[in-house]
Amino acid sequence: MEHFTLLIGIVIVTALVFDFTNGFHDTANAMATTISTGAMKPKAAVTMSAILNLVGAFLSIEVATTISKGIIDETAGIRPEVIFAGLVGAILWNLLTWLGGIPSSSSMALIGGLIGATVASVGIGAVDGDAVLSKILIPAFVAPVVAGLAAFLATKLTYRAARNADPEKTSRGYRTGQITSAALVSLAHGTNDAQKTMGVMTLALISGGVIAGDADPPLWVIASAGIAIALGTYLGGWRIIRTMGRGLTDIHPPQGFAAQTSSAVTILASSHLGFSLSTTQVCSGSVMGSGYGRKGGVVRWNTAYRMFAAWGLTIPAAGLVAALAALLAVQGDWGVTVVAVLFVAASAAIWAASRRTVVDHTNVNDDEPGTSAEPGDRGAGDGDSGVMTAAVQAVSPPPAGAQRGDSPSDDDPNAAERRTPSAV
Amino acid sequence: MDIDWAALGQVFGVSLVATVALVGVFTLGIVGGSARTADGGTGTLARVGSYAAYAVCAGAVALGIYTIAA
Repeated sequence: MEHFTLLIGIVIVTALVFDFTNGFHDTANAMATTISTGAMKPKAAVTMSAILNLVGAFLSIEVATTISKGIIDETAGIRPEVIFAGLVGAILWNLLTWLGGIPSSSSMALIGGLIGATVASVGIGAVDGDAVLSKILIPAFVAPVVAGLAAFLATKLTYRAARNADPEKTSRGYRTGQITSAALVSLAHGTNDAQKTMGVMTLALISGGVIAGDADPPLWVIASAGIAIALGTYLGGWRIIRTMGRGLTDIHPPQGFAAQTSSAVTILASSHLGFSLSTTQVCSGSVMGSGYGRKGGVVRWNTAYRMFAAWGLTIPAAGLVAALAALLAVQGDWGVTVVAVLFVAASAAIWAASRRTVVDHTNVNDDEPGTSAEPGDRGAGDGDSGVMTAAVQAVSPPPAGAQRGDSPSDDDPNAAERRTPSAV
Repeated sequence: MDIDWAALGQVFGVSLVATVALVGVFTLGIVGGSARTADGGTGTLARVGSYAAYAVCAGAVALGIYTIAA
């Protein structure tokens, strides 16, 4: 390990931090509806998800080797500083969206960060526009539509098939089914997303000459990536869980089961058939689809629009931060130091902002401010802005007026009137 | 432009059909298991059908785990 420089060490640690944020960002995908329907207690749900993520990390190294071996050929001479900058961009975006409670794709943040850092250090020519369109943009549109449609039809079907059954008796069955589907989503997440970090870590080791170019990820890389993602999952991104489980729509046990099954099937089908879809986008789509599948169900489009906006901004925002970081980092040791210091300071600031309104396992099932169906709670919608930093406001453009207009009580005759003047 | 429309179509079709089929079968299992005959006991046919439905779902889960590990 004579080539194991401090810089490589920093990259490895940063990759593990990204893995950790990936875990707590994506706990919601598997567990949000499981928690909001009461199928599992919050702590039990995140514990199960964490264990399955850890197990999943050890199941396969196929994705990791694709990343570490596929990229090194094309960009021979990729430097650890650039990977570091890309990771910084991805982590900061993950933290910012977590602060806003917005489900957004960690993988897309990582891609955006790596693209931004590469563009800043190599040039715009390094980005394959076609690849961005076919591998990122189209899947981003497809994922929620496919999963949403499947969840919608499945919810309709299950409500119809069980219409004469006693809800008391069926709810236990629905819970079991939902937990099983959620477990599959967790396992698939551990396999897919932990491997992305393993791939990046291996790439850094290869680029630093620590291991050979065609080497598989070493065991300590696999183990540390698995543990980091499991820890993140266990701590739980409660803000995002609340948005997904309560904010988008109200989920009842049959809907939770249909949504979670749709997510599991869509994720597995897409990764098996070679058209990778973002777990987060699939799960958000499922939740929304199941929201419309129940008679009288509503989807809170203001929350959904905020989420869509964040999806659109993920790559540019993570890319921009990563690009700035890369410009600094390639200047040499002092540049890397400056980036590291700024990065730690920014992360600490976001964490400090999150402490102003704590969301954890005790209040995760409370109504999200501003999404309550009670007309009397309208003021809470404006209070929403209090918990967000200005930065999150910028990425999440729901004006209070839109929030009112799209809230469930649309039959309110004044709603349309209020919506018009303040609409986006 | 290199968009794999075939894979996209497959993902769409498989996800839709498999989700609806699985949810349908599992719901039959739940309904069959909770159905009661007039005298308060559970009908044999309903119980057998319910177990069969759960078995199909268990098979689907096994396939899912296999897909993840492969």
